[in-house]
Amino acid sequence: MIKPFRALFLLGLLTVGAAARAEFVVQITSGQSEATPIAIVPFGAPADAAAPFDVAQLVSDDLRRSGRFAPMERKDMIEQPHLGSAISFDDWRRLNNDYIVVGQLTAQGPDRYNIVFELYNVLTRQRLLSFQISANTAGLRLASHQVADMIFEKIIGVRGAFATRIAYISVLGHLPSKTYRLIVADADGANPRVVMESHEPLMSPAWSPDGQSLAYVSFEDRLPSVYIQTLKTGERQRVSARAGVNQAPAFSPDGKKLALTLSTRDGNLDVYVIDLATQGLTRITDDPGIDTEPQWSKDGQSLYFTSDRAGGPQIYKIALSPGSRPRRLTFQGAYNARPRISPDETQMVFVTQEDGAYRIASMDLNGRNDVQVLTKGRFDVSPSYAPNGAVIIYASRDNGRGVLALVSSDGRVQQRLVAPEGEVQEPAWGPF
Amino acid sequence: MKRLLAIGLLVCGTALLAGCPKKPTVSEPASTTSQVPASSATNGTGNGPSTSVSPYGSDTGANGGPGANGPLAGRVIYFDFDRAEIKPEYADLISTFAKNLVAHPNLKLRLEGNTDERGTREYNIGLGERRAQAVRRALMLQGVPEGQLTTVSFGAERPAVEGDDESAWSQNRRVELVYLP
Repeated sequence: MIKPFRALFLLGLLTVGAAARAEFVVQITSGQSEATPIAIVPFGAPADAAAPFDVAQLVSDDLRRSGRFAPMERKDMIEQPHLGSAISFDDWRRLNNDYIVVGQLTAQGPDRYNIVFELYNVLTRQRLLSFQISANTAGLRLASHQVADMIFEKIIGVRGAFATRIAYISVLGHLPSKTYRLIVADADGANPRVVMESHEPLMSPAWSPDGQSLAYVSFEDRLPSVYIQTLKTGERQRVSARAGVNQAPAFSPDGKKLALTLSTRDGNLDVYVIDLATQGLTRITDDPGIDTEPQWSKDGQSLYFTSDRAGGPQIYKIALSPGSRPRRLTFQGAYNARPRISPDETQMVFVTQEDGAYRIASMDLNGRNDVQVLTKGRFDVSPSYAPNGAVIIYASRDNGRGVLALVSSDGRVQQRLVAPEGEVQEPAWGPF
Repeated sequence: MKRLLAIGLLVCGTALLAGCPKKPTVSEPASTTSQVPASSATNGTGNGPSTSVSPYGSDTGANGGPGANGPLAGRVIYFDFDRAEIKPEYADLISTFAKNLVAHPNLKLRLEGNTDERGTREYNIGLGERRAQAVRRALMLQGVPEGQLTTVSFGAERPAVEGDDESAWSQNRRVELVYLP
């Protein structure tokens, strides 16, 4: 049934690391009414030159995109201090700000800058943060995301996830010649890089827990294979090209194993686990229905997965210990599939069918199993948690085109990330 | 006479290799009413969608399925939503392929399962595989040796037709029967 393990080491065949031409446009479709008002004052620039990067703008964009903040418009600022000692707190309070951020970008030599910033509570005039980050020109964007992360964590109490990355599939062109790209970009969609390009479908990108590699499915041989590709070098390893289905890879929390879906000769899909060091294969499920879309529990001892053993697709959980029986988790509705588990494993998101539409739903995993439908589209699929669990990115449709969208884990903040070209699908949010 | 027959079969086999339809299809413009070939007249005309000007300009007719007169006619089996049962109108198509495969043991056929775009991508891979397997079983029941058949599922990843309405979906829920070189 299972062919001997075959591994091929290849250099990434195509355009590894090439920049993709795509700047996402963020559209906030619904926000939170109690978003915290904050003023991010434009940063002071090096004395002798124009600022090489608008730190305050990016910080402001990140915080607005989180849905938890309402950054003040620049044009409404009556003054622009760069130091805490220059802040007239009464003025900023009259403009209804709860917090204010001031800072400077200073040149420290050729291609070397310091970002110095301070965060104040406008009401108490208390300084909450004072920090300095060093970066070269190319690193200023990442450093600015880190500034936003620190502000977010200080005020909200949850680690920020602005300085993280997403992977997704982009499909360009039309039948019969399409180009499929696996892309890695910053969490805000900036800096897209092509990791893999093919004229046959690419599917199901999944991050390694250390953020160094992606597992994915490629049909480049007109048959599905699961690959693991190291992002820095482009080196690829084919980890499964068995007869039949090779799908739905998911790294274990320790990165040492890969759960995936394989099929028997007569087409029965079940979930398996490959030990990446020994290449040993363990069958986890054994049922004539479709068992697929595995996801690991936080402790690495169980798998969540989709199965239609009871008729339509529903979500189950099974312990990896031999002889375990799966337990069904979803009972509401006829179609619940593709679970993703929140980083603290208190919540799960999945795709549910409602009024003929496919939408993202969440379910508490605390025993009460409350289900909440988070989105309102017709084709909302492929949810993926930010590593802080606060936001879920998913694939949606905008005027017939595949786009990425974001929803807060409580459903209250919704936004779209619209790429200028192509169909965008299957986002996977990388680790911290 | 025997020899003539053998040549005839050979020609047919070669033609099938090149993906020739199992029977002549009417290649008139889509707007005219197509003739229903006698061999498939028994079951099902026009129970596919009636709005059928696809990008291929195909019409509903012949096998009754979507795109039945398109370039894929005669080598595609279409399915209902979320189903993997082969509809009765494809009995002739199955038996034509089965006879040809049995008569030519060197022929290899790949069954490519596909779904429409609705639902999750990986579950759709499972559904596409289930459709391909349904066709594989039907061919094996008619005596085709297992070794001549392979399956692959593309799920929703290789649609035949773009679009997000039933007319596109009905042409994408399919198994393509492809002779391997």
